[in-house]
Order: sequence, then structure tokens, then C-alpha cells
Amino acid sequence: MDIFLQQLVNGIVLGSIYALVALGYTMVYGILGLINFAHGEVVMIGAMVALTVIQLLIGSGIALPGPLIAALGLLIAMPVCMALGYVIERVAYRPLRAAPRLAALITAIGVSILLQNLAMIVWGRQYHAFPALLPAAPHTFAGATVDDLQIFIVLLAAAIMAGLLALVHRTRLGRAMRATSQNPAVAGLMGVNVNTVISITFVIGSALAAVAGIMVAAYYGIAHYFMGFTLGLKAFTAAVLGGIGNLAGAMLGGLLLGVIESLGAGYIGPLTGGFLGSHYQDVFAFVVLILVLVFRPSGLLGERVAERS
Amino acid sequence: MIRKPLVLASCALAAAFMLAGCGKGAPQAGAAVVVRIGQVSPLTGPQAHLGKDNDNGARLAIEELNAKGVTIGGAKVKFELVSEDDQADPKTGTIVAQKLVDARVAGVIGHLNSGTTIPASRIYHDAGIPQISPSATNPKYTHQGYQGAFRVMANDVQQGKVLGEYAVAKLGAKKIAIIDDRTAYGQGLADEFEKAAKATGAAIVAREYTTDRATDFRSILTNVKAKQPDLLFYGGMDAQAGPMVAQMKTLAVKARFLAGDGTQSLEFIKLAGAAADGVVASSPGVPLDKMPGGRGFTERFTAKYGQIQIYAPYAYDAVMTLVNAMQKANSAQPAKYLPELAKISYQGVTGPIAFDEKGDLRSGPITLYVVKGGKWDTLETVGGGAAAQK
Repeated sequence: MDIFLQQLVNGIVLGSIYALVALGYTMVYGILGLINFAHGEVVMIGAMVALTVIQLLIGSGIALPGPLIAALGLLIAMPVCMALGYVIERVAYRPLRAAPRLAALITAIGVSILLQNLAMIVWGRQYHAFPALLPAAPHTFAGATVDDLQIFIVLLAAAIMAGLLALVHRTRLGRAMRATSQNPAVAGLMGVNVNTVISITFVIGSALAAVAGIMVAAYYGIAHYFMGFTLGLKAFTAAVLGGIGNLAGAMLGGLLLGVIESLGAGYIGPLTGGFLGSHYQDVFAFVVLILVLVFRPSGLLGERVAERS
Repeated sequence: MIRKPLVLASCALAAAFMLAGCGKGAPQAGAAVVVRIGQVSPLTGPQAHLGKDNDNGARLAIEELNAKGVTIGGAKVKFELVSEDDQADPKTGTIVAQKLVDARVAGVIGHLNSGTTIPASRIYHDAGIPQISPSATNPKYTHQGYQGAFRVMANDVQQGKVLGEYAVAKLGAKKIAIIDDRTAYGQGLADEFEKAAKATGAAIVAREYTTDRATDFRSILTNVKAKQPDLLFYGGMDAQAGPMVAQMKTLAVKARFLAGDGTQSLEFIKLAGAAADGVVASSPGVPLDKMPGGRGFTERFTAKYGQIQIYAPYAYDAVMTLVNAMQKANSAQPAKYLPELAKISYQGVTGPIAFDEKGDLRSGPITLYVVKGGKWDTLETVGGGAAAQK
């Protein structure tokens, strides 16, 4: 039982991170109908920028408390990622907005490869150790071990998601975003500046990516130039699982996927009598993706929407 | 007007090359024969730091040889390193192996991983090109019956045995959990370790798996923790072992961590941070400061490329051994120098290099290290006289 509980805890922490990244995919898809495959790389850039800032701060010899250093890293990584998100949209996607969807999709993959290689040139090819800045003292509840960092990740992710939901459903900007998502042309006629709304969507998604990037790096204690790739694919799966374009769906999908992966990796060995081992951990996400696409293409919370031309 | 001298020079070079290639050429003034030596290791990905380490080790050897000037068969020779990236991926490994064969390299140093070395060795064998791996330790590599496959490091049969016995006899482990990364190296070493540990009387309570690209080990560590082992053995590389040790600490897994040569690097300590203390790992060969040419090599290497990860001295020796065989055979042609390579006796920086009939190193000592205060401390060296055979 305590194994189950521990795996559940592992899954929820992982799931919160997936959910944050999935929100970035789903927001962009909701408004543009574009799958922004470069989003995973924005997560990576967030982690790497924060790492550089943190290393500089530690190397400067000024004795700052760990959480403050982490917060400063986040404060610098977020605007960098926001600017990056804006530039990606402005340079790579806006000129193609009227083009067939495939063109934009291929551009997204191109941007992803470009960012990955740029990061490789800037930060090198090796794994970087991400310093442990928050106290990682483990607490034990009912047989499951939870550390401060895990609690912090889940709480921060929950707060950000609540804030985002409030933004989209309660503010003028949120209304403009929802209107653009329903019909950009009509929204434009009603006085919504569609370009600004789309830019803001990218900027917000990238800020979330920066937070997620730092979380991942701190959680595993490492950062490297291709960390965004698999993470991005899994978050995309989470978004599809929840119903792409649906904010609550992305959160639910992220959490579910994290738990499925964690429990799957924990129990696949005993359940198959050792035939399949825990190294198939990454397979679960993609099995889920295929199952969802076959049996419920609109996702758990997604509505069946008519294809927008 | 500008082109003409260039054309002339390349004609001269080509002529010199052709003459030397036929084996009857007299040394041409000024024009050296180019001999290409291939080097393959992962230059991108999680093991890029180790791959670059091998690459630098081989490069240092090539540069020193060129600076000194080597004559083979009466002709002055200029060595050229052709370095390829196999991404630690077996599929890519075979592709770049074919690329090296097509580039007509005279010999190959590599690959780094057993998982890439074994499939690639077939391609080199078919092309008749000798290959010395500085770091592939899986026994299968030299046990395929290929005459041109050599290694300058003890294999995993011996290393697994030393580790298994050490875990039980010296670390007092009774309940052991094993994790491997499912690569030829990790799985092979874990299997050999398991055999030795069982034979010495320990019980294996858990066997879990991960991959050589993974970063999340919490699920498998949770399973391991439930079995309450007093020792956890990992068969794999430092890029996984580092985060794994750190995650063990946050999950409050109390087991001692033991691993093989893939983990015995500086990078491991960096990645594991404070959790690295007390980790024991083995590495074939003797400690760098006990190597016959260890001190001089360290000085020359660090002046050019910075810190040594693990295998750089072995890559350096691999190049030197290859060239030594060429000099003895008076030819850089694989078919001519291969017999000399098989019966070579060369004093390298890592120790004496001589191969048995399979291509394994004749004397293969294994050294155990422990992390103390963020540094690898030597525990003891085991073996050295006996060949790593099975």
C-alpha cells in the first residue's frame, strides 16, 4: 500500500509539471489551431537561463539563501522565455498564419530543432548539475516520502493554473482570448486586436514554460539542451488526453499522465512477471496518446468541434 | 594564377600517396603520406563529456606523433584523426562505422560504449580494418571471433566479479537490488555482478531497469525501497547514476550505492552533488597517479583540454598501440600490420599492453574507488596478473 501511495505522490508531482507545459500547447492550439512543437524547447531555455543565473549568483560569492537564488533565477528566466515566445510567434508563425496548416507545423518543428542546436552551442552538450536550492528534507506521511521541493512544485503549479483560469474566464483580456479562439475574423471586427491577443497567448504560455523548466531541472537536479524534447512530447500527449484547446483538460490530462506513468513504471514488472520492465516508463505516455486518438480523439474534456478551415 | 601552385601541390601529394600506397615509393621531400585513423564516441547527448574525453585522448596522441614525426616503411607519415559521433546509439554506430570504412581509415579507435562497439565491429571486420576500443568492456565484443577487435581495458566478466565479491565481502551486503540501463554495457555488467554476488552468498531482492536517456528514477527507486536492500548496484553511465543517487536521497532509500566504470567520473560527483559521498565504483586499470605514464599524461592532457573524465588515457594508448604496430610492420595497411598488432607488447601510459588470442587485454587490474568529500579516493586494486578470460 505504501508503495502505491509513494508512486501516486511521484505521479502527482510529475503530473503537475506536465500540466504546466501542456497548458502552453493547449492555449496556442485553442487560439491558432497550431501545435507549437517548439514549446518544449522554451521549457529547456527557461531551465538553462535559470541555471546560468543561479550559477553566476552562487559563483559571485554573495551568501544568499537558496530559495532567494531560485526565485531570482525564475525572475530572469521568465522574461527571457516570454521574449522568446513573442519572437517565435512574430518571426516564425505570424507570416504563415494564412498558409496551410502543414506549413506552420513544419515550421514549428524547425524552430524546435533550431532552438535545441542553439542551446547546444551556448550551453554545451553535457548534462549540467542543477544545484539543490530548496531544502530537500524528506517527510514521511503514511509510509510515503515527500520532500519540500515536491510540495512546493505541486502548490506553485496549482496556484499558477488557478490564476490562468481566472485570467481567461474573468478578465477582459480573457474574453478577448476566448473570442479570438472562437472566430478570429469576427473577433477582429468586434474591435479585438487579434495580433496582440495571439502574442499575449504566446507570452503567457512561455512564462509557464519557464516555470516548468525550472521545476523539472530542480526536481531531477539536472539540465541539458535536449531536456525539452521528450518533456514537450509528453506534455503534448497530456494536452491531447485532456482535450487539446481546453485549459481544464490540459491540467487534468497532465496530472493523469503523470500518475499513469508513475504507476505504470512501478507495476509493469510485477504485473507482466518480469517480461516487461520499468525501462518501458516512457512508453506509457505514447500508448495513452494512441488510445486517446483511436477511441476519443477529442480528449476527455474536449468537445467535438467542427474543423475550422 | 592563384590556382596553379595548389594544383601542383595536390598532384605531388597524390603522387606521393599512390607511390607509398603501392609500397615501393621512395620518401618524397616535403610531402608526407596521410594515414587516417578513425575515432568514434558519443559527441552529443548525455554521454558527450565522455565521448569528448575519448576524442581528446586520441587527438593528443595524434598531435604528439605528428610533432615527433613518424616514418613508416621509409615514408614520412602524417596522421589524421577522423572523429565521428555515434550518439551512444547502436544504429548510428553502424552508420558512422560504414562512413569510416568508406573514408578508408587505416584503423579505428572506439567506440566508447559496448552497445555501439559490438554492432560496429562487424562492419570493421568485414572491411578488414583493425579496431581498438578504449572503453567497451562487454565480453561479447572480443568473443565474436573477429581478428581485428581489440580492447585496452579489462572486460566486464572480471569487473563484475570483483564488484560482486567486494559488495558481499567488504561492504557486507546481504540483500542487494540491481538496476541496469539495458545497454550492452549496463546489462552485461549487472548480469556478471549478479552472478558473482549470488555465488558469494547474497540475495538479489530486486532487479529493475531504466534507459541510458532517463532522468526520472523515482518509480523504480520506490519499488527498490520497498524491498529494503542494503546495497543498490547500478549497471550504467554517470549521466543516470548522478541523478539516481540524488533521488535516492530525497526518497530516503538507505541502501549503499555501488557501480562500475561508467560511473567513476568527475561528472558523476557533479551531478549527484552532496549525495555522492560514500558511493563506491570500480574502474578497470590502475588509478591515474599509479599509471606508469600517468603523471606526464595528466600534465600534457590538462594543459590542452582540461580535466580527464575516465577513458582519455586509454584512448591515447589505443592510438599509440595502433601506430606502434604500423611501425613494426612497416606499413599502415590493415592486412599488413594486423598480425603485428595481435602480438604487440607495448608499454603505454596506462600500463603494459598485450592482447590474448581473443583481443582482450592480457593484464587487466581493476581498482575500486569511493567518493569522499567530493573526490574519488582509491580503495584498492584487485588483480592485474591474470588475463580477463572466461
